[in-house]
Amino acid sequence: MYVEALNEAIFEEMDRDESVYYMGEDVRASIYGASRGLFEKYGEKRVLDTPLSENGFIGAAVGSSLVGMRPIVETLTSFMWVAMDQIISQAAKMKYMFGGQASLPVTIRAVMSYGGSSAAHHSDRSYPMFMNMPGLKIIAPASPEDVKGLMKTSVRDNDPCIIFEDSNLAGIKGDVPENNDLNEGELLIPFGKGKIIREGSDCTVVGIAGANTHALNAATELEKEGISVEIIDPRTLVPLDKEIILNSVEKTGRLVVVDPAHKVCSAASEIISVVTEEGFWNLQAPPVKIAAEQVHIPFTPALEPLIFPDAEKIINAVKQTIE
Amino acid sequence: MIPKEKQVLMLERMTRIRQFEKALIESQKSGEIVGSLHTYIGQEAVATGACVALNDDDYIAGNHRSHGHPIAKGGDINKAMAEIFGRKDGYCKGKGGSMHLADFSIGILGESGIVASSVPVATGAALASKLKGKNFVSLVFFGDGASNQGACHESMNLAALWNLPVIFVCENNQFAVTTSYRDSVSVDHISDRASAYGMPGVLVDGQDALAMYEATSEAVKRARKGEGPTLIEGLTYRYEDHSLGLASVRRDSSYRTDEEIEEWIKRDPIEILKDNMISQKLITQKDFDDLEKKEIISVEKALNFARNSPFPEPEDLFDDLFTDPIKFA
Ligand SMILES: Cc1ncc(C[n+]2csc(CCOP(=O)(O)OP(=O)(O)O)c2C)c(N)n1
Repeated sequence: MYVEALNEAIFEEMDRDESVYYMGEDVRASIYGASRGLFEKYGEKRVLDTPLSENGFIGAAVGSSLVGMRPIVETLTSFMWVAMDQIISQAAKMKYMFGGQASLPVTIRAVMSYGGSSAAHHSDRSYPMFMNMPGLKIIAPASPEDVKGLMKTSVRDNDPCIIFEDSNLAGIKGDVPENNDLNEGELLIPFGKGKIIREGSDCTVVGIAGANTHALNAATELEKEGISVEIIDPRTLVPLDKEIILNSVEKTGRLVVVDPAHKVCSAASEIISVVTEEGFWNLQAPPVKIAAEQVHIPFTPALEPLIFPDAEKIINAVKQTIE
Repeated sequence: MIPKEKQVLMLERMTRIRQFEKALIESQKSGEIVGSLHTYIGQEAVATGACVALNDDDYIAGNHRSHGHPIAKGGDINKAMAEIFGRKDGYCKGKGGSMHLADFSIGILGESGIVASSVPVATGAALASKLKGKNFVSLVFFGDGASNQGACHESMNLAALWNLPVIFVCENNQFAVTTSYRDSVSVDHISDRASAYGMPGVLVDGQDALAMYEATSEAVKRARKGEGPTLIEGLTYRYEDHSLGLASVRRDSSYRTDEEIEEWIKRDPIEILKDNMISQKLITQKDFDDLEKKEIISVEKALNFARNSPFPEPEDLFDDLFTDPIKFA
């Protein structure tokens, strides 16, 4: 399971390196599951329950990373707004501004909890805003294997990494390779390497985070109608594996990008821009963007589902590129 | 003595809050409502004592534990209930839900799901009072957890610096989710911090509505005279889990003991006020039973109102984003 794979990754990294520590609100009680068992094993020095002070403790994580610690900080995407000063003005900019002197191995776990009537304050999917800011690595894993391998890579990376975890994926199952079965003895997934999660020939669908679930459902339906969809999960948005997307579009000639974030200046916008700039002559139809409507997330279950990508919207979009 | 009508009003509103929350717990269990639910049971005296000390044209703002504050200020429980049911006749047309009740017509500037995020807002309302030369005050409810946010500290400094008519009411219900305030606050009492900003800090028994009323009245008096803000810390307790209905969040009760909960329930705020009023011969037990029955019926009516209210239509989705709509393709 996704959350369990994440938990494994954190255990492995804390075991491996004493400078890794974990902090956030109520992480000892582990109400969201990813930090389960950490406090019992690593104790109060390495597992910190913080006061409700996101700007303070995320900033403290950044500061400690400057002088040799490797913090993993847990928060919800929606609470990161409170910490924007430290994430943007410090974490993202320090290395460049100080002429490369700073090293900032800080990993922020940013959980996105949309789609369950949480209303506007608790439903953000804000990775595009962070993609727009130089200096941050933006990770968006969609499977248990990917979240494990990318979490471990983030912890070892010397730049600030934000892992956007789609809580709609928290309970999904999927194979995670056993360490013993791996040549390296552990699962490390490099940044900037996307993954073809389903091969196909008629249309390329790029899915981001939880959008991949809908993309897979759509592909299954479309197959019944004889339409073959290739699904690509970029896995990391910064750096972005342009090549895997461009190569796929070269093969299919068509592109649909599915993104749970708001559609204006979304990750989908960026991917479509890359393909139109660098792969224009391979396109046989205009690319289609399926992203969240440009409006806040309403509480009422009567309206919320209208906003997000779903299989039906993807099916229609794929057909649109083919007609 | 606090006038009888005020005391009866407090008892009514506290009972209304309690019954409202009990009904919601049932609706949540039956699956009739969705989303998270932060109940106010156990804390009724804090909001009620504070709000009854305000005038109708004074403002309040609050947090995710959002139902008690508007009801205490005299909000319409039909609209509150319909909102929590996600219906069109709700306070926010179904768009806000449980954590975001608001009624600007009676000074309820809205409840915020982002912890401490209402504190600057309420401070701003007080700034407006001063700039406009008006006499209204503004009061904000926030938790012990929220008291650790920068927004809270910044607001208190601003308010004290500019002598703003704002009352900071910290509802210390002992925990932020599972974290005791003793593990998150660096001083013994949150109210101790007031002196650092140069304003009075008052520690109050938050289970005693009359004590909350008196402390707030005093703060309101100061604020109206232009003497600036006050920080009131009401010691209280939430009986239920932090939030009900969030499937993804594991129930965790190891952070507090059953005995502790029992001890606090022995000092139930409604019982305390009722017993006091009976012993003062202001009411009889029968009066209370009648009052409680009346509130139970009003909550049932609110449930029916909510159930019969329509859901918003798809064409309502983009309404209210801007004053003049901007169309995004
Ligand atoms: C900025 C922010 N951080 C974290 C959360 C998650 N959260 C919601 S309520 C809560 C605890 C709040 O504690 P307190 O302020 O004491 O209020 P209480 O819930 O006890 O009434 C937390 C951590 C949030 N909503 N906003």
